[in-house]
Amino acid sequence: MARFLLTRLGQALVTLALLTVLIFVLARLTGDPTPLVLPSEATEADRAFFRQQYGLDRPVHEQYVVFLRNVLRGDFGISFRYREPAFDLVLAAIGPTLQLAGVSMLVAILLGLPLGIAAALRPGSWLAATVRGYASLGQAMPTFWTGLMLIFVFAISIPVLPSSGYGTAANFVLPAVTLGFYASASVTMLTWANMTEALRSDFVQMERVLGIPRRLIVLKHALRNASLPIVTYLGLQFGLLLGGAVVTERVFAWPGVGQMLVDAILNRDYPVVQAAVMLTAVLVMTINLVVDLLYAVLDPRVSRS
Amino acid sequence: MPHGEPLLAIRGLNVEFGLPARPVRAVADADLTLAPGEILGIAGESGSGKTTLCAAVMRTLPRTARVSGRVEFAGKELLSLPEREMARLRGRDLAMVLQNPMTSLDPLYTIGNQLEEVLRERRRGGGAGRLGSAVEVLRRVHLTAPELRLRQYPHQLSGGMRQRVLVGMATAAAPRLLIADEPTTALDASIQDEILILFRELRESAGTAVVIVTHDLSAIRRLSDRVVIMYAGRIVEEGPTVEVFRAPRHPYTQALLASLPRIEEEEVVLQPIPGQVPDLARLPPGCAFAARCPAAIPLCREERPRERTVGERHRVFCWRAGEGAA
Repeated sequence: MARFLLTRLGQALVTLALLTVLIFVLARLTGDPTPLVLPSEATEADRAFFRQQYGLDRPVHEQYVVFLRNVLRGDFGISFRYREPAFDLVLAAIGPTLQLAGVSMLVAILLGLPLGIAAALRPGSWLAATVRGYASLGQAMPTFWTGLMLIFVFAISIPVLPSSGYGTAANFVLPAVTLGFYASASVTMLTWANMTEALRSDFVQMERVLGIPRRLIVLKHALRNASLPIVTYLGLQFGLLLGGAVVTERVFAWPGVGQMLVDAILNRDYPVVQAAVMLTAVLVMTINLVVDLLYAVLDPRVSRS
Repeated sequence: MPHGEPLLAIRGLNVEFGLPARPVRAVADADLTLAPGEILGIAGESGSGKTTLCAAVMRTLPRTARVSGRVEFAGKELLSLPEREMARLRGRDLAMVLQNPMTSLDPLYTIGNQLEEVLRERRRGGGAGRLGSAVEVLRRVHLTAPELRLRQYPHQLSGGMRQRVLVGMATAAAPRLLIADEPTTALDASIQDEILILFRELRESAGTAVVIVTHDLSAIRRLSDRVVIMYAGRIVEEGPTVEVFRAPRHPYTQALLASLPRIEEEEVVLQPIPGQVPDLARLPPGCAFAARCPAAIPLCREERPRERTVGERHRVFCWRAGEGAA
């Protein structure tokens, strides 16, 4: 297990190193930041001074070496726009994003797992048909539309919940339901398909003729066997929510890292772009590592071979 | 039955699948009795209805199956028993070992965990005398190094070892009837005998009656007291194993026995049965075997043969069985 962990950690470090190059070059391909950062009346001398101040006048490979050296010390540079350490800015935004992603995943699991299991247990029933309808709807509705509809109903027509902002538990409800509903659709379908397969397996039939109670067969045996692909998918979905919930963050004015990253790219705020991508990448890699560990915990054949 | 009440009595059992308008009869008009402690072999090709018959007794058929007739087990009519009571019988008085030992254990739990789960369930019901510990259960089925096996996962055991574990689980509470569906088919030839011996030991130590379902006739010959031959969902012949193997009366039984590989003058002779098993949805009005039968007469194609007794407890469904022509 320790070797497995070390291997994965080594792989993660290599990926991160490659990512630094990629994100560094890509950020610079967006163009010259000076027209966006400096006021329009700035002179060419002002621009030159700005470039010199941030080391943008030096050759790219030199800039990269400086960047790498600073990153290793935990310094991602100063935001061009906010004149504050980029890392601190991103850190402040990643908290709300993590919280929203976490709560959304919880919603997706709490909705998707029971619905998928119930549908698998009653093939061909009205319940299964309803679950299919739910999942289709969840997958077909774009999050911005779900978000707007929820705001319309629960913040405007029946004003019981805040339509935007961050800070209280009530603020979580609408964005988390928006994202959670969307993610729950695929969790439902995946659970359904894998549970159906698991319930058909020989060991489930054997347990039935051995008189093992149905509750144990379903929850202890079939569900755990069905859980491996579901766990993989949940990890993937969690990663997507961390980086890609931009639309939902915008709809609900959520102060998250997705919004921050989009703004930083539009403003060519290289340090913030770099810090946001790197931090998100580290989080996604951590999630993947947790998924791999869960795999080993869930399936003895993984850790023993 | 010559002595006392039968343990299992199947009367007019029918199992149908598919649309009511075009039913597929997987089991048709099956009558069968089994005495306590008796070992019965059910033989037939794939699709002859053997496995469906067992699933009907265990009540584990898919919900789409339509079942009629009576299945009496130890005085209870199983087909009309509430599911709760049926669940109480399963694994306790009425046990079964399924076809494939390689996949019949949950790969994610140790043998010990799964065996303890079964034992806990048996104890919860109370009254089970011989249970004993998990190690004892594995000892009874002659599994080597039982303490080690309990800590191992199914993928660390061979097929034969897994089959021993499964037989141990199914028979932990000394059931009155064990149904074994193709218990040796997936195993190496050298292991097959050892598993069959387990069944005989089980009968001797616990008085368990065994129904062994297989297409391996040699296993039936070695193990069972009585044999039932099935073809296209129907019983075609039934009798004491020795008598049926010595003097088979149904042409299908004869063909089946003749198809066993045998050695004549240092050459292996294989004699397959010509033709194919008929489509269960499109059975002819007469005998289902008529199309492949060397002794068929026009009557065979028109009318279904009636039961005919040809010896003590030996019955056959064939128009020509009485004439000695078959």
